[in-house]
Formats: sequence, C-alpha cells, structure tokens
Amino acid sequence: MKVLVAVKRVIDYNVKIRVKADNTGVETANVKMSMNPFDEIAVEEAIRMKEKGAATEIIAFSAGPAQCQETIRTALAMGADRGILVQTDADLQPLAVAKLLKAVVDKEQPGLVIVGKQAIDDDSNATGQMLAALLGWSIGTFANKLNVADGSVEVKREVDGGLENIKIKMPAVITTDLRLNEPRYASLPNIMKAKKKPIETLAPDALGVDVAPRLKTLKVEEPPKRKSGIKVKTVAELVEKLRNEAGVI
Amino acid sequence: MAVLVVAAHDGKTVRANVANAVAAAGQMDAEVHVLVAGSNAGEAAKSAAAIQGVAKVLQAEDAAYANWLAEDIAPLVVKLAPNYSHIVMAADSVGKNVAPRAAALLDVAQVSEAIQVVSPDTFVRPIYAGNAMATVQSTDKIKIVTVRPTNFKAAAGGGSATIEQIEGTGSAGLSSFAGAELSKSERPELTSAKIVVSGGRGLQSGENFKMLETLADKLGAGLGASRAAVDAGYVPNDYQVGQTGKVVAPDLYIAIGISGAIQHLAGMKDSKTIVAINKDEEAPIFQVADYGLVGDLFQLVPELTAAIEKK
Ligand SMILES: Cc1cc2nc3c(=O)[nH]c(=O)nc-3n(C[C@H](O)[C@H](O)[C@H](O)COP(=O)(O)OP(=O)(O)OC[C@H]3O[C@@H](n4cnc5c(N)ncnc54)[C@H](O)[C@@H]3O)c2cc1C
Ligand SMILES: Cc1cc2nc3c(=O)[nH]c(=O)nc-3n(C[C@H](O)[C@H](O)[C@H](O)COP(=O)(O)OP(=O)(O)OC[C@H]3O[C@@H](n4cnc5c(N)ncnc54)[C@H](O)[C@@H]3O)c2cc1C
Repeated sequence: MKVLVAVKRVIDYNVKIRVKADNTGVETANVKMSMNPFDEIAVEEAIRMKEKGAATEIIAFSAGPAQCQETIRTALAMGADRGILVQTDADLQPLAVAKLLKAVVDKEQPGLVIVGKQAIDDDSNATGQMLAALLGWSIGTFANKLNVADGSVEVKREVDGGLENIKIKMPAVITTDLRLNEPRYASLPNIMKAKKKPIETLAPDALGVDVAPRLKTLKVEEPPKRKSGIKVKTVAELVEKLRNEAGVI
Repeated sequence: MAVLVVAAHDGKTVRANVANAVAAAGQMDAEVHVLVAGSNAGEAAKSAAAIQGVAKVLQAEDAAYANWLAEDIAPLVVKLAPNYSHIVMAADSVGKNVAPRAAALLDVAQVSEAIQVVSPDTFVRPIYAGNAMATVQSTDKIKIVTVRPTNFKAAAGGGSATIEQIEGTGSAGLSSFAGAELSKSERPELTSAKIVVSGGRGLQSGENFKMLETLADKLGAGLGASRAAVDAGYVPNDYQVGQTGKVVAPDLYIAIGISGAIQHLAGMKDSKTIVAINKDEEAPIFQVADYGLVGDLFQLVPELTAAIEKK
C-alpha cells in the first residue's frame, strides 16, 4: 500500500509573527520556515507503517513556491521515498490544496492519505476533511492512535470530551493530532541519502485544478493588546484584588 | 435567505455553544434555523427550539446520525444547503469535522473559526495562533462558517420555535462508531466555565494536579492544562487549552506553572482577568497576566485555596 503524506512549509512555530505595515499579510521575508509540526507527525506515522510492513511506499506532497522542495527534502530525510511538488506562487486555500491532493491521489492511488489536522499559519483545520469529501472517502480526524487492519483503520480520535474510537473503511484520509507519535529527527546519513531521492514537480494547470482563492483577504491586522498588569507580593494581596478590584471571585 | 445552524447534541440537549452559534448566525441573516440530526433526538430538538432567535428547528431522525460521523451527516447538510445563504457550526471537534466536508461537497470555501461578523459575507478570523487577525470576504454563493463560541454572547432561552421533521439521508457505509473514552468530571465544562484553573509542566505529575482540583472546586472552576502537561500524561487530552486545543475566555483564568508559550496564549488571552503563578519572574505568561504572583506553586496554591475558603 502506498501512503501519501502532505507536508506544508510554514513559518517556524518559534518565530514571533509580525503583521506587515500595509496590512496585507504577515512578514515572511527572512524568517525561519519549517515543516508544519502536524505534518512531521504525519510523516512519522507513515514511516512507522512502512517499518511494520503495512505500507510499501511513502510519497511526500507539498504545494506552494519552489522552496517547498526543502520541506519535501525534510520528509525524504525522515524516511519518505519520493516527493511531489505542485509548484505555484498563488495564494492556496484549503479547498484548492484539497483539489490538488485529489488530482495526485487519482494518479497515485494510495491506500491512505495522512495530513496534519491544522497548519499552524492559517489555522484552517480543513484540508484533510475537504480531500476526503472530494474523494468520497472516509475520514479519521484528530488521530491520537491508528491501527491498520484488513482494509480498515481503527482510529482513536481526540474530541471535546476526551477520546472516541471509530472504524473507517480504506482508502481513507487521516488528520494527525499531537499525541499520535513523536516525530524522529533525520540522521545525517539519511539527510545525505534524501538528496538522491526523486521529487517530481507539477503545475496546477497540468493537474487540471483551478486554485483561484474563494476567500478574499481584505486586511490582516495586529490583535488588540492586553493592557499590562501588575505583580502582587502575597496570596492575601491577590485574593483582595480578585475580590475588590476585578470582582471575579 | 435564512441561515442554518447545525447543532451538536447528546440526544437530550444541544451543546451550550449552539446558543453562541445562533447569536453569530443572527448577525448574518435575521432568519435562523437549527438542524438537529440524530437518533431519538426529540429532546435535543426541543432544547434548540427554546433558543431565542431560532425561527425553526429541523429534526432529522436516522439511526446513521447517532454518533455524528462526518460521512453520514455531511450529505444531509449538503441536501439542505440550497435553501440557505449560510451554514454555521460552532468551531468545536464536531464542527471542525463536519463543516469542511460539507463545504468541499458543495465546492465552496470554509471560513474557519470566525470571531466577528463584519457583514453577511465578511468575517474576521484569527491566524498564526491569534497573532494576526484576517478580515476575509467569501465570494461563494453558500457560505460555510465555523464560529468561535467564546466571541459571541450566547442567545438567551425562552424561545418557542416550531419543530419540523425531515427525512434523513441514511448511512454512507464508510465508517462506524466503536465507543468513546470520555473524561468524567463534575466540574463545569472548560469552554463555558466562568473560572478556569490551568496547570502546566510546573506541576510535575498527575498526582500534583489534585492540588488544582481542590482549588478549582473551591472556586467552582473548570480545569485546563498546557500541552506539556497533556503530553506528559498528567491530564487527558481534552484539558488542553491553546492554538491546537480549546479556546476559553472565562471571567478569571488562573495559569499555574505554565510558561506562556504563544500556542498556549492563543487559547486564553481573551479571558477577562488573568492570574499567573510561576517561579520564574521572566516567564512570558506575566506579559498577559493582570495579576502575577512570583513563587513556588507548591507553597502558593495551598495558600490560595485556604485564603479563598476563608471568604
Ligand atoms: C505565499 C503565500 C501567501 C499566502 N497569503 C495568504 C493570505 O494573505 N491570506 C490567506 O487567507 N491565505 C494565504 N495563504 C494561504 C494560507 O497560508 C494557507 O496555505 C491556506 O489557506 C491553507 O490553509 P491551512 O494551511 O490553514 O489549512 P489546514 O486545513 O489547516 O491544513 C491542514 C493540513 O493540510 C495540508 N496542507 C495544507 N496546505 C498545504 C500545502 N500548501 N502543501 C502541502 N500540504 C498542505 C497539511 O498536511 C496541513 O497540515 C498564502 C499562501 C502562500 C503560499
Ligand atoms: C504545533 C504545536 C502546537 C501547540 N499547541 C499548544 C496548545 O494548544 N496549547 C499549549 O499549551 N501548548 C501548545 N504547544 C506547546 C507550547 O509551545 C509549549 O511547549 C507549552 O505550552 C509549554 O507548556 P508549559 O508552559 O506547561 O511548560 P513549560 O514551558 O516547561 O513551562 C513550565 C513553567 O512552570 C514554571 N514552574 C516550574 N516549577 C514551578 C514551581 N514549583 N512553581 C511555580 N512555577 C514553576 C516554570 O518557571 C515554567 O515557566 C504547541 C506546540 C506546537 C509545536
């Protein structure tokens, strides 16, 4: 079984975001970019499936500018076998990414697609669900644990009240949550090996996908700032303030 | 055209956040309908009919809807969609699972986790863990919007909408429910609690969280945690507050042994009053705290519990 994983290039989670002065977006020039952390979890899960013999080949997919090659290389260094880059400088929204992924799925016929539950830049939490819809496949969102057996996947999901178990038919789409696994670091020999692994580059047009955005971003602004607070010296002072100043207890 | 709010429920009542979603929907169009899909969902439908501002409740009975599988619910939403200008869901684990599937089936975008309705087609939504606010305009005919409940004041009760029975769409046969392991708690639910007590890695163990439970019970508070505390297994996953966990905005949020990473702040910085207890006076949590207390939590938390008891 082939497994397709989506890896998105995002601003590293440690970077302090700055909104552009002209309010068109956030500053991306000269900031550290990394693989979306949830996608590292997706890649790790696919590698573990391959190590257990449940998967035969892992394909890492990314959509975006040419630099997404680096993100794919990271996935290859972790253990993916080959990459597919859909190269475009367009503003890609989840529905467009889902359509690109669908076109690749139609070509590659994987048994599973694993994507992150949410990209930490746009925070949409939508791409995997949309892909499953377009394919007419089952979906296991917010996966905490997976067990692939006999043409189906048992998925333990992280939900509002705790955990939930579902069994879904394959082929299927999975979205990863934080507790699914702890992703490995790529070793130096594997980073070297990854340089020789193939990456195919495609254009959205060649896949017959219209990536035009459906949501127009009118402006991007700084969030309102909280006014700075004070330090209290003692518990008694804290309780007094909470009772008489804030009036919350 | 009207707005359809798709309600999650437990068979007896719709979730509390449906009243927030109805309030948000009311800002998109004056006529709000609520869909209650389920198996034996009559009581839940009645609870939806009691929310003010709801004109009509659609109750769809089908065994397939018992456990809210996205594969089975989304086709029903899609079937109803042509009658509506907007489909709205609360941005919880049900909304995030179902709404994007319906959106893709309708070939429309989803506006994820809106915090403000600017006009019927324009919304504000946080991006980058709430470090930027994007104003987006939807160009689609049907707008699918998930809303962040804490940003919309819940619609009041006392309404009396009509309840209409509609046909279900059956099972897609793609998935089945195999049980849940829900956290049992007598405490208020995290996202709607007036006071939240949250613990982080500083607690050092699950055992030590008992100390926070005692404090929470004195305050009638819900209990939350940082990702680090959940990852370390101190508390279950549904306690996680933050960018990739739950968003809370209580009157009082008490962060104990939490450093204040941006991913955590994303889930609590809209709280009215924030208290931080941390032994590191440089901890970033103090930058958002109204009242900061520097010191050892193992000494301060029991002291605080005792001081609150005294009244
Ligand atoms: C240069 C540039 C500028 C942009 N500017 C804006 C802007 O101003 N406003 C705006 O709204 N959007 C903008 N976008 C798009 C936005 O950043 C998101 O890429 C898009 O909305 C998808 O949302 P998301 O990543 O939050 O999706 P989610 O649904 O949260 O992503 C979930 C998962 O889907 C997969 N995935 C998503 N996208 C990709 C991808 N490209 N490649 C591989 N896997 C992927 C990953 O596995 C990810 O973990 C821009 C994108 C680019 C490249
Ligand atoms: C993709 C991604 C998503 C994430 N999503 C979330 C999220 O949704 N929510 C979230 O919370 N985090 C999230 N994180 C993790 C986040 O970056 C931080 O790692 C995490 O919030 C740290 O938790 P903490 O503050 O409990 O631990 P630490 O950062 O280790 O802080 C512990 C604090 O306890 C204090 N302390 C220790 N002992 C004592 C004592 N005896 N008395 C008083 N104070 C003491 C220390 O001074 C320190 O400030 C995410 C990270 C990533 C990469």
